[in-house]
Amino acid sequence: MAGLHKSEFANPVVNWVDTRLPIFTFMQKEYGTFPTPKNFNYLWNFGALLMVNLMIMIVTGIFLAMNYQPNVATAFDSVQHIMRDVNYGWLLRYVHQNGASMFFIVVFIHIFRGMYYGSYKAPRELLWMFGVTLLLLMMATAFMGYVLPWGQMSYWGATVITNLFSAFPIVGGPIVTWLWGGFSVDNPTLNRFFSLHYLLPFVITGVSFLHVAALHITGSNNPLGIDVKSPQDTLPFHPYYTAKDSVGLCVYLLVFALIVFFAPGMLGDPLNSVPANPLQTPAEIVPEWYFLPFYAILRSVPSKLGGVLMMFGSIAVLFVLPWLDTSKIRSARFRPVYRQLIWVWVLSVIVLGMVGGHRPEGIWVVLGRVATAYYFLHFLVILPVLGKLERPLPLPESISRPVLSLGGGPLPGGATAKPMEKV
Amino acid sequence: MADTSVVARDMANLGIAPAKTHVADPTKRDFLKLIQLAGAAIGVGAIAWPFINSMNPSKDVLAVSSLEVDLTPIVVGQGITVLWRGKPIFVRHRTPKEIEEATSVTMAQLSDPATDASRTQPGEAQWIVLVGICTHLGCIPVGNKPTDARGEWGGWFCPCHGSQYDTSGRVRHGPAPANLAVPPYAFESPTKIKIG
Ligand code: HEM
Ligand code: FES
Repeated sequence: MAGLHKSEFANPVVNWVDTRLPIFTFMQKEYGTFPTPKNFNYLWNFGALLMVNLMIMIVTGIFLAMNYQPNVATAFDSVQHIMRDVNYGWLLRYVHQNGASMFFIVVFIHIFRGMYYGSYKAPRELLWMFGVTLLLLMMATAFMGYVLPWGQMSYWGATVITNLFSAFPIVGGPIVTWLWGGFSVDNPTLNRFFSLHYLLPFVITGVSFLHVAALHITGSNNPLGIDVKSPQDTLPFHPYYTAKDSVGLCVYLLVFALIVFFAPGMLGDPLNSVPANPLQTPAEIVPEWYFLPFYAILRSVPSKLGGVLMMFGSIAVLFVLPWLDTSKIRSARFRPVYRQLIWVWVLSVIVLGMVGGHRPEGIWVVLGRVATAYYFLHFLVILPVLGKLERPLPLPESISRPVLSLGGGPLPGGATAKPMEKV
Repeated sequence: MADTSVVARDMANLGIAPAKTHVADPTKRDFLKLIQLAGAAIGVGAIAWPFINSMNPSKDVLAVSSLEVDLTPIVVGQGITVLWRGKPIFVRHRTPKEIEEATSVTMAQLSDPATDASRTQPGEAQWIVLVGICTHLGCIPVGNKPTDARGEWGGWFCPCHGSQYDTSGRVRHGPAPANLAVPPYAFESPTKIKIG
């Protein structure tokens, strides 16, 4: 038995499998005893929530696909068929539809957590970049999913977004024709969007594993943004954080259920209940709420190519955030100026979201331009300069110190990185 | 989670005398675990059910339920096949000889005993209506046309594994375990039936 993994599990079946493929040891190491900073707050729930949300999307999506027909002649009707005839079809669709919104709420908070506590800084740059990749994949998936019910918003959303590529000189036109598989958004477009909408969530699953693998190499950041110094600073992931994540999960599911059962149409556009009509653009065309800030940036720039570049740039800038922020201090708690300015940036995103939801008239045009400018100013000017000028507050010696000085009293001796005894 | 000795130590530090020594009770723990497991099983079941049920026939499928068949074109000795709920239905106009064969069989000769009268409508013995799906593994038996190979009992013959049915659609030979099913139907007039 040379070279085989030595399993420590008592159960003979588990031991037999584990000796040959150490998945139990792996799970125990990465999710059981995994040493985790002991000072997490509830913002650290959101990664686990994203995983749950992804599973919900995949399962409801697979069951929707059993009744959905990706053909322009039948797509709209097949979705109505799901809503009216298929047993619990309405539930599958409402969970999937609002699940997309929940996904973005959760991912936006997750990203904000990273920005506030400096989780993107060394050594977690790659982890952060995988995260931004995941955001892009989610956006592509959600966009293509929204086309599938083939309502007016589906059709015109698809037309507008694919036409973004026409902004590029010379190659733009051929790219758009290629994306469409024809000379307008039509059946070939719907077919390929369905194929990709089915595929991308599994790509997301794969990239999530890379994201988490990178996390388990660097270890988690924490609200103080300082490194773990000793086992005293950590708790085993199970049962401490499995329990804490469960609390967050219950709240998340409660909010999700309230929307699905009491206001399933709240976040959607009623115009998408009108079948697609290639001969008439609706009077008000707006994307789903989670795309509004980016849509606002697009419209705020008075140049076709410029608007498109700025819109893509608003995500691209996140990729290089680890190198734009020159401060070595991670957590905003110890950066008195950054701690204020990050909220101004959040405000600029919220304003952009509101601008995206209004016609570009009067004050909205001005607000859109100011907020767009601030969005980029934050990353390209404020962060590089602030890191050099700001005077950080003194950092605590270790994670245990401030936790103890907050009056917690000495923790029970067992609460260290040692695995908990099984009772 | 905190073990009792730690609690005791903390209480001692604070000067609180323990009211009575805490004794671990393993049956209580087992009970909690059972409750937890049962709760989780109910939750998983409740979540799984909408998904499972969504794969059952939808309302529009269930709504396509009945079919009228005009009997006038079916000459004596011949049968036709119509499609009802996606299944082939045999409607056969039996000859007096075929009726005689179907009614004279003793129950002891049948592997799935049923009288011919129980498989036809009163006073309409010349009409036999059957679900044309072999009860073995689902092929469609042949035998509607008088020229078809109808098997030794003159009813239907299944080309897949050789099951044979008599003129009442009862299995007489072969791997099929049961008679051809009789769908629900009624005579609307002497020349018209409604299936379903
Ligand atoms: C990353 C995960 C996913 C996201 C963010 C997502 C997002 C969306 C969105 C926004 C819609 C439009 C909902 C509407 O307005 O009706 C949609 C529809 C749809 N999705 Fe997904 N989806 C995901 C995963 C999946 C998966 C794995 C499948 C499996 C095939 C799937 C199948 C479908 C189908 C068939 C529809 C059309 C039916 C409908 O409109 O309700 N989705 N998706
Ligand atoms: S299916 Fe008819 S004999 Fe096997």
